[in-house]
Amino acid sequence: MNFIEKTRIMDEAGMRRALTRISHEIIERNKGVKDLAIIGIRRRGGPLAERLAEKIKEIEGVEIPVGLLDITLYRDDLTTLASQPMVLRTEVPFDITNKVIILTDDVLYTGRTVRAALDALIDLGRPRAIQLAVLVDRGHKELPIKADYVGKNVPTSKKEIITVRVKEIDGKDEVVIEELAGE
Amino acid sequence: MSFEHHKDLLGLKDLGKEEITTILDVAVPMKDIIKRDIKKVPTLRGKVVVTLFYEPSTRTRTSFELAGKYLSADTVNLAVNTSSVQKGESLRDTIKTIEVMGADMVVIRHSMSGVPHYVSRNTSMRVINAGDGVHEHPTQGLLDMYSIREKKGTLEGLKVAIVGDILHSRVARSNIFGLQKFGCEVRVIGPSTLMPPGVEKLGVKKYFNIEEGLEGVDVINVLRIQRERQKKGLFPTLEEYANLYCLTRERVSRARPDVLVLHPGPMNRGVEISSEVADSVTSIINEQVTNGVAVRMALLYLMMGGSRDEIAG
Repeated sequence: MNFIEKTRIMDEAGMRRALTRISHEIIERNKGVKDLAIIGIRRRGGPLAERLAEKIKEIEGVEIPVGLLDITLYRDDLTTLASQPMVLRTEVPFDITNKVIILTDDVLYTGRTVRAALDALIDLGRPRAIQLAVLVDRGHKELPIKADYVGKNVPTSKKEIITVRVKEIDGKDEVVIEELAGE
Repeated sequence: MSFEHHKDLLGLKDLGKEEITTILDVAVPMKDIIKRDIKKVPTLRGKVVVTLFYEPSTRTRTSFELAGKYLSADTVNLAVNTSSVQKGESLRDTIKTIEVMGADMVVIRHSMSGVPHYVSRNTSMRVINAGDGVHEHPTQGLLDMYSIREKKGTLEGLKVAIVGDILHSRVARSNIFGLQKFGCEVRVIGPSTLMPPGVEKLGVKKYFNIEEGLEGVDVINVLRIQRERQKKGLFPTLEEYANLYCLTRERVSRARPDVLVLHPGPMNRGVEISSEVADSVTSIINEQVTNGVAVRMALLYLMMGGSRDEIAG
């Protein structure tokens, strides 16, 4: 399948500013960083979680624990996917019980990934609260799930695809809207 | 991923290196689940796995059962000695009965080589071979490979010695087929009466002398000596077997200093392996059991976790 790029909605600087603002919002809303931990949904939520933790450290001078969550085994669409997704490790090297977890992902779309992530998280312990941070909220939710922190709201059509690229995985930072060629 | 086109797992001979790698890779996150407080994920809700063992087993059967439960599948053990099999029901009818009750997978062990292949041709359920006669025991081969890879970091180019009753060992065969795909040098060590004729044709090096065979190896996989073989006159006494082939500390010292010792269990301490070696730091025998559950979870996920239409056939 070929995708053509339609619009670039965030470049490196744009992404950095969005993450900086979200970091400030997280600190403000939680009145500091006590009991805070950030968990990124694999794969691209992972690097975003790391960056939020770095920003928070710059601002508050406190190191926040960071974890990685793989939600493959909790998905509700395994039997309908054309190709079986690879299972990666969940790496949460701290107890999440009584922590305030900032769950981080690149794009909020149907909400199903977040639903799976909530189930996966609760199997690891009982956090005091879970808040959701996403770089892009593109609409079309199918579940009653809402982000607490949003980098950018981008109204899209269902034919469009939002691609988030991060340096750690893709070699560069950007967010683009793509569409299937020939449609 | 590259495991999607198999309906069944009958032997490691039929799998490619990439497919084996996929199974071992998926087993890594599965092992994490076993170590959690809540050892359950919802992945295989509504799937049914039946274990059908025509030979005794504790660890393999329990391992499959737990692997299924950790993934939320329903697992049922069919106890052959209290079932209709005792009333003369044919294997084919037993399989059909399980199938029409709605099972998605059957895990079968049988004393006759080739039975899982026969079952595979006669059912739409997925089939895993849990040991057939002297042919293969693929999930044991996979868990051995996982255990070695986890400790050594890689399988590529390792020297692996398999010691004991090579002739009757499906574990040996699955290990040989699997390890060779990763470029391992596989050596087989044992008395001539327990060595399959023409074993060199499998590409392995044959040793009758254990000291020679263990020289410089990275891994020693010790096989269980089945006492019934002695009755058939294949070796004179257990004591004599132990004198010549028991893995002792002195013999282990022939191998590399960082050697790993594996045993598929159950062990006959003092026969094929000394207690000292079995309980030493080089031994990963207990960890193999945990890894067995992880590898079987990976297989259940890969074989039943996706879309049935896509994977069938």
